[in-house]
Amino acid sequence: MKEESEIISLLKKYQPVRENLIPILLALQEKEGFLSEEILFQTARYLGLSTGKVYGVATFYNQFRFRKKGKWELRLCLGTACHVKGSGKLLEFLRNELGIQPGETTADGLFSLETAACLGVCGFAPVLSVNGTVHSSVTEEKIRNILKKIREGEKA
Amino acid sequence: MKGISEDAAALLQGLTYEAIRHPVSKKISGIRDRLTGRSLKVPLITVGTSACGQGAGSLASMHRFGALIREKLPEAVLQETGCLGLCSEEPIAGIQMPGMNRLFFRNVTEANAEKLFRSLILKKKIPEDLLIGQLPESGPAEWKGIPSIDDHPFFRGQTRRIMKNFGILDPFSIEEYLARGGYLALAKALHSMTPSEVCGEIEAGGLRGRGGAGFLTGVKWKETLSNPSMRKYVICNADEGDPGTYTGRSIIESNPHRVLEGIAIAAYAVGADTAYISIRARCTTSLERLEHAIAEAGACGLTGENILDSGFSLKIHIRKSAGAFVCGEETALIRSLEGRRGMPYPRPPYPSEKGLYEKPTVVDNVETLANVPDIIRNGSGEFASLGTEKSRGTKILTVSGNIRRTGIVEVAMGTPFRTVVEDICGGIPGGKKFKALLLGGPIGSCFPDPLLDTRIDYESIREAGSAMGSGGVVVLDETNCMVNTLEYLLDFIRNESCGKCIPCREGTRHLHEIIARIARGRHTESGNDALLRFKSVIELRNLAEVIRETSLCGLGQNAPLMVLSALRFFREEFEEHVFERHCPAGVCRNLEKPS
Repeated sequence: MKEESEIISLLKKYQPVRENLIPILLALQEKEGFLSEEILFQTARYLGLSTGKVYGVATFYNQFRFRKKGKWELRLCLGTACHVKGSGKLLEFLRNELGIQPGETTADGLFSLETAACLGVCGFAPVLSVNGTVHSSVTEEKIRNILKKIREGEKA
Repeated sequence: MKGISEDAAALLQGLTYEAIRHPVSKKISGIRDRLTGRSLKVPLITVGTSACGQGAGSLASMHRFGALIREKLPEAVLQETGCLGLCSEEPIAGIQMPGMNRLFFRNVTEANAEKLFRSLILKKKIPEDLLIGQLPESGPAEWKGIPSIDDHPFFRGQTRRIMKNFGILDPFSIEEYLARGGYLALAKALHSMTPSEVCGEIEAGGLRGRGGAGFLTGVKWKETLSNPSMRKYVICNADEGDPGTYTGRSIIESNPHRVLEGIAIAAYAVGADTAYISIRARCTTSLERLEHAIAEAGACGLTGENILDSGFSLKIHIRKSAGAFVCGEETALIRSLEGRRGMPYPRPPYPSEKGLYEKPTVVDNVETLANVPDIIRNGSGEFASLGTEKSRGTKILTVSGNIRRTGIVEVAMGTPFRTVVEDICGGIPGGKKFKALLLGGPIGSCFPDPLLDTRIDYESIREAGSAMGSGGVVVLDETNCMVNTLEYLLDFIRNESCGKCIPCREGTRHLHEIIARIARGRHTESGNDALLRFKSVIELRNLAEVIRETSLCGLGQNAPLMVLSALRFFREEFEEHVFERHCPAGVCRNLEKPS
């Protein structure tokens, strides 16, 4: 029940009005890493909305996720500039390297693979963000090194 | 006033009712000279740390500079700045020695930071290989024999108004903004103009919305002002979802107070007391700078109750958004601020009549609002003197893709695209051939070589069959395939279509399917597939026209633009895909049989 009370204490920082729905979901996601069923239920109850409404809003926006993420979140930008610089091939490479599809997490919980419509660093396309740190002008070689470093760091 | 520096307090004295009617006092001009670096006593190092700079590793360079300063020269000052605009040469650092102009250096990686520090600061020798140029009139004396950055090909063709102080001033310092004439426009508006005069001035300047449609901002404000409602809102649309565009992000990261000043003037002009800035939660650098700027402006009494003793009050709130492309559309943005799914609603009623919470609302994007302070401070005439007859002022473009210099470019309206591509950004690297320029992101259109002479203004771009959009420019060279690019863009639109109206929801899905079929190989087909592939190609143009004419909002109406323009200019390439099942650029690998 510990988790539940944490959700509620965060909810109480916001006025229970509908306009706070998106800020609340963003804050809860930042805290928990993803939107669990519990979060959706609690938020709906707090704001006096149906869970369906809350889920409807949450699924509308790109930034919300409903599955637990890995320790290292790899987010490959698929913006136009990144696309013309070959991010499609890099996505295929990451898929093969990690053995997962975008939106999934590796079995060991180490990596999750996400794509982004645009990270806004188009001048350095293609870009890959690793837990929020942007790596610019990435190549297969560079990504291989990044993954290697993380894996070695985890073993040590 | 509590919690503000002496400098800020002194500079604020220059914004009072009496002060703006008199010449600048000696004390204030002394502070200005000091803060703008004209009377510098110790070396100043600035590092561009907006998101592009950070991507290139500027934080590491900054830490290196910090360590070197602590070790060798503790009196030197280290400062963060926004972005000079030349993204491909990041990390960029500026160094100003006492008594001299500021110098800018490119590619200042951690190792180069050390080299730069040792040679310039300790030995007074300029490492020429890293030099971009000196910033004219930034200090009392010029460096002899060092080119000005205005002579650098990237800056030469630009007309920098909004971006004037980008990469030069510290976005975390309201003092620096005040020292460069910041908030003078707000003071002028509050102390000497009525709201309707402010609207009139903006209208006379001919400022048009920089977000896409290009509606006259002054007219929109006037309509909102004339509404008798007691409650009105201003929304600053910083929710940039357009891949390939980062104008708003870079303005906020480089000069956040300019945006706040624009918002405050807009709120005064329409009679609003609450403003919202909608910005993506993921843009952490922008958010941090914006939050800091709002707190500073609040402490200085430039937002809040009774601003500058004028009786005008304004609260500015940041509203984090969760990212949806369609929220660039003003009615969808309003829905999302209300905590709903961001789906557009039909206009009229326009937001100026019924917007946020059914109250009159002005929605302007970041670039539009960033234009406002100059128009008020210098008068509409100066603004209107730039640009073409119907498109006044400047336009900021973000240029990326297969081009030598990528970055943020501000040019006078009416400049041809060719100048931007070939002169400012240096053309295509590696001896490859230019193929096309994609303007306005996924819902824009393409400009092949013959159309590069199109001038950058609302009318010329419309004549060329496109829309200005938010100014994202992506350059394709001959190694890019048009069919593949189109497939990618349509996939994006299909995903981002909000699903409210059928032409857009179903139509864009079909468009994507048709293009994907074109890029499909014979070996993947069975039964009637090949026939259907042909049939759908025949229907393509018709479908595009229907979506264009019957969709509810700009997303749907402009979604087929790229298809139509690509068909017009790259017909042969499409035909080669359709008939020969061959991709001339070698990108569509599914076409050929796997060996």
